[in-house]
Amino acid sequence: MNAIKLTGLRKSFGTVEAVAGVDLEIADGEFFSMLGPSGSGKTTVLRMIAGFELPTAGTVELGGRDVTRLAPFERDVNTVFQDYALFPHLSVQENVEYGLKVRKVPRKERRERAEQALASVRLTDFGRRRPAAMSGGQRQRVALARALVNRPKVLLLDEPLGALDLKLREQMQVELKAIQREVGITFVFVTHDQDEALTMSDRVAVFDGGKIVQVGSPEEVYERPASAFVAGFVGTSNVFTGEVAKALFDRAGTFSVRPEKIAFDGDAGAPGVVAEVIYAGAVTRYVVDLEAGARVVVVEQNRHGSPGTGLRGQRVRLSWHDEHVIEIPERKEPSDGA
Amino acid sequence: MTLSGSARWALRLFMAVGLTFIYVPLLLVLVNSFNGDRTFAWPPRDLTTRWWSAAWENEGARQALLTSVQAGLAATAIALVLGTLVAFAVQRFAFFGRDTLSLLIVLPIALPGIVTGIALDSAWRSVMGDLGIGKGLFSVVVGHATFCVVTVYNNVLARLRRTGTNLEDASADLGASGFQTFRYVTFPLIRSALLAGGLLAFALSFDEIIVTTFTAGPGVTTLPIWIFNNLFRPNQAPVVNVVAAVLIVLSVVPVWLAQRLAGPEAGASRT
Ligand SMILES: Nc1ncnc2c1ncn2[C@@H]1O[C@H](COP(=O)(O)OP(=O)(O)OP(=O)(O)O)[C@@H](O)[C@H]1O
Ligand SMILES: [Mg+2]
Repeated sequence: MNAIKLTGLRKSFGTVEAVAGVDLEIADGEFFSMLGPSGSGKTTVLRMIAGFELPTAGTVELGGRDVTRLAPFERDVNTVFQDYALFPHLSVQENVEYGLKVRKVPRKERRERAEQALASVRLTDFGRRRPAAMSGGQRQRVALARALVNRPKVLLLDEPLGALDLKLREQMQVELKAIQREVGITFVFVTHDQDEALTMSDRVAVFDGGKIVQVGSPEEVYERPASAFVAGFVGTSNVFTGEVAKALFDRAGTFSVRPEKIAFDGDAGAPGVVAEVIYAGAVTRYVVDLEAGARVVVVEQNRHGSPGTGLRGQRVRLSWHDEHVIEIPERKEPSDGA
Repeated sequence: MTLSGSARWALRLFMAVGLTFIYVPLLLVLVNSFNGDRTFAWPPRDLTTRWWSAAWENEGARQALLTSVQAGLAATAIALVLGTLVAFAVQRFAFFGRDTLSLLIVLPIALPGIVTGIALDSAWRSVMGDLGIGKGLFSVVVGHATFCVVTVYNNVLARLRRTGTNLEDASADLGASGFQTFRYVTFPLIRSALLAGGLLAFALSFDEIIVTTFTAGPGVTTLPIWIFNNLFRPNQAPVVNVVAAVLIVLSVVPVWLAQRLAGPEAGASRT
């Protein structure tokens, strides 16, 4: 059975159509990510699943039950908010117990479950503190414990790692994934960080302008983007169209080659001039102006130390394997049946 | 901003003069209420609590104190209910005329008391009188409520603005009903704002005289009005002093408390 099923979901705020027809099924126990640029409607979809926003049209089903018109507290869903929304006047322990308290779980059980939940996010001795006296990462984990303690069927997370520094972020990504595997509940994870979506998810939905433009495994979305938008948004991408495409690939259409799939090649390949060399630690990015009339990005691992900037202004030839050329379907409308 | 040395000294001087003008007379009243000399010779030669017991025995003063407390409590109660409701309406809902409502609520504190007084007076003459509701304690309470509502409204509104609706969403998300959310989240978050607003409202009501003059019925005398009536009777002077001292304490303490309540929490109410 599906944990979540959205059918023809729409939401307008005045004249703004924030969500313009979303159909989606999310399986039980799935780690599902919603990826998309700012303002593409991810939060609004999440808020409709949680029950904070009434859809303008369409239905929300949770575990096969239509909950479109139910209040948030009538849904078996919990949310980790982007700003955590911890209650400032309650201690960490009381924050975590809150969901159990309002559901009238006896005090003793409440305490035990809250302690377990805090232990699972490695905050065992923090129960007595106030949220204000904790770091961003610790607060984030309290928010997670507060949601998990209720054992919801579905956990919604709205950019929960957005406020963390890179190190903590990567650490929390691993932890979140581990927790999800342990408790086995469905995670719906909103992010606009493509790396995060690709590394953590079973499946990813890419949003644009209030619609889902592609749903698939991280591999599918990355290796076989359904549109130029997806190719451009998920990972850096070199997209070729029109005359350039014809010159490079000998046929009409829209094509894309990922930067890491392009190699410098002494003799064969497309000629061009290196315009920019950008050292980025593990890799170096080269920007090359092709004679065919396109600017492409090439990424190389720094296997032999820093490459230096000597290549700037040099003439080079670029080559790639045919199987790495992604042919992008032309102007395919998103799958909303409209 | 940096100031030159002389400007700084001038500012300090102005401040000292200003504070002196405000607080020395108040202090004088307090000290004189214990002054053993009937003509308030200065400096006081001996201290006595005679005037305090005389004031306590004075039937008129006691009645006025009771009336003032009653009017203050009633006006504060009305202000708490109305001010909170309007603050919620204005902060949480978008509706036609919202800005106008907000202005209308705040306006009475800017209007001269005499205007409010005259307006209420004529309202009572032309409408309420015909309805069989004469002037009395009730009309005083209504008059005071017009400006007391503002203090509660402003305090609660500021608090609601700062806390936003996220916490209430989180509460509902965790399974709390609307009532539970109010009880466990919303109310605790606005509690100190309510207390601060209420204390200020009480203090405002307690020493109000202009609106009171216009709205009080014949038998109703509040403490400030009693003072005013007895100010120029020489043999009442010591008692007036005591009553004024009481008035000072009863209006300053709530304001001081309100400041303390609104102060420290203002910074730490958001996670
Ligand atoms: N309460 C609201 N009133 C009016 N417009 C809104 C409201 N909430 C969202 N919108 C609009 O709906 C669109 C989608 O917003 P949404 O918050 O869902 O985007 P998002 O994908 O979550 O973006 P971000 O990555 O920046 O969080 C935006 O254009 C936004 O301005
Ligand atoms: Mg968002």
